[in-house]
Amino acid sequence: MKEDFAISVRELTKRFNDFTAVNAITFDVKQGEIFGFLGANGAGKTTAMRMLCGLSFPTSGQAMVAGYDLYQDAEKIKKSIGYMSQKFSLYEDLTIRENIRFYGGIYGLNDHEIKSKTETLVHQLHLEEQVNKLVKSLPLGWKQKLSFSVAMIHQPKIVFLDEPTGGVDPITRREFWTLIYQAASKGTTVFVTTHYMDEAEYCDRVSIMVDGRIDALDTPLELKRKFNAPSMEEVFVQLARKAKRGD
Amino acid sequence: MKQFLFFIQKEFYHLLRDKRTLFILFGMPVVQIVIFGFALTNEVKNSRIAILDQSKDEVTASITQQLEASQYFDIEKNLQSEADIEPAFREGKIKLVIVFPSQFQSTLLHTNTAPIQLIADATDPNVANTLTNYASAIILDYQNNIRGNQDFPYMIQTEMRMLYNPQMKGSYNFVPGVMAMVLMLVCAMMTSISIVREKEIGTMEVILVSPMVPLRVVIAKMVPYLLLSMINIGSILVLSVFALDVPIQGSLLLLVFECFLFTITSLALGLFISSITNSQQTAMLISLMGMFLPTIMFSGFMFPVENMPLPLQIISNVVPAKWFYYIVKAVMIKGLGFFSIWKETMILAGMTTVLMLISIKKFKTRLE
Repeated sequence: MKEDFAISVRELTKRFNDFTAVNAITFDVKQGEIFGFLGANGAGKTTAMRMLCGLSFPTSGQAMVAGYDLYQDAEKIKKSIGYMSQKFSLYEDLTIRENIRFYGGIYGLNDHEIKSKTETLVHQLHLEEQVNKLVKSLPLGWKQKLSFSVAMIHQPKIVFLDEPTGGVDPITRREFWTLIYQAASKGTTVFVTTHYMDEAEYCDRVSIMVDGRIDALDTPLELKRKFNAPSMEEVFVQLARKAKRGD
Repeated sequence: MKQFLFFIQKEFYHLLRDKRTLFILFGMPVVQIVIFGFALTNEVKNSRIAILDQSKDEVTASITQQLEASQYFDIEKNLQSEADIEPAFREGKIKLVIVFPSQFQSTLLHTNTAPIQLIADATDPNVANTLTNYASAIILDYQNNIRGNQDFPYMIQTEMRMLYNPQMKGSYNFVPGVMAMVLMLVCAMMTSISIVREKEIGTMEVILVSPMVPLRVVIAKMVPYLLLSMINIGSILVLSVFALDVPIQGSLLLLVFECFLFTITSLALGLFISSITNSQQTAMLISLMGMFLPTIMFSGFMFPVENMPLPLQIISNVVPAKWFYYIVKAVMIKGLGFFSIWKETMILAGMTTVLMLISIKKFKTRLE
């Protein structure tokens, strides 16, 4: 396994009793890359991502995340990654400032760092006027953007985004992707799952999971050429149709 | 350590922002003490009774007067004939009818014995029992008076002393019970709900991905409720001493220590519940059915455990509230010291340790 990959996965497998959710997947993610992790519902992408985040123990296989071994250095990995879950993960009954403070706090930032982070972040998202309002008063799109920024608060090497744009309008999605590009341009590796095929086009490289295996992995351009398809949507449908298990 | 403080601060935000819950949490013990202290009681007072006096003489009048004078009875009705008895009970207000047969006084004077019939509504057997006992006692008292100084050759006199609770007040019994109930409810239910809520809204995942040590998450979750419980214990004790006249006979320090221990037990239970469920509703149901109900049934607070069938008595031993209830009664009411309750304390401490260890272990791996 080479050190210069942000994520390096070999034969990673997760079995729940006799159900193999993730079946010996192997792939590498380069540093600073936006890596799209696609698959139909139940294909195993969330399970795979959870293993890489340390939320779930692999049944077998190897993985290096941010240069640390998944089994040996789980604690070091935790410090190097950010995570935005499928479910909206800010506290609705806390203000924007308090949410930032809390997440900054559990990542070990000190008061001074939290303060300056809060200012940059609030400025970046144009939330100056809402900063002392409860998060529940924000529209969903803003919550998602805030959630992403909070996941990035400790400047992680890799950020895992689990369907970050579920349920938001196209304009907000575009803005969200602007944030992702900004993060990537600063060297953060972005590992993102999505169901939106236009978003797949934005990724540097895309993997498509079918029934727990990775059936395709390449740049969007190359994938379209290989499958002789006009769009990523077509590529995805061709692959996902082969799936035997639904959700 | 800093992380930990941030977490506790966040927990307090949750707690303080939810005004309604907060009000319930602080109000509940006060309301319970007031309700149990002034409204709900199993003491029998001012029960409505009826008299069927077919004799209407000096003796019956005087017994009737004494019944009326006691705090236990209110004479609601004077019945005219035996036929009135049934309808009087059917109305439901009358709990006891006292029947003097005709010629009561003369029978008593001439034959030295006369019957009085006590008819009670035994739909509630305990009340019926208590009422007939009270009435018999008053009648007996009257009999002793008319006997005057006449000496019997043999006489066994019973002399009763109600130890620890001379006035036989029900509050001596329920203050410890309410304490067990409130702590169980606040700690077990609220902790489990607050942890499960984070699972539901997805923040728990984010926390577990962060470098925050799970054990610290657990402790941070518990701290606010621990504090809240100590305040509740304080308000219960103040109320019981000043409003209900239930004194703290033993050491206050020991009492507070035992409360602290039981609070930890309840917190551990709450943590345990949160580790076996993923929804707030389930957590609430389990806390109510699985913790709160056994607390009421098996602690001995409502129903004496000694009278239960053996299997239930054995089950009652695993209910932490039973031990806590025993301890509080011993310290608070009887004024016993640590040496009299060290066994129970050890049992409680043992349960707490086991529960805590299991829950923490489960908490770490539960997102698997």
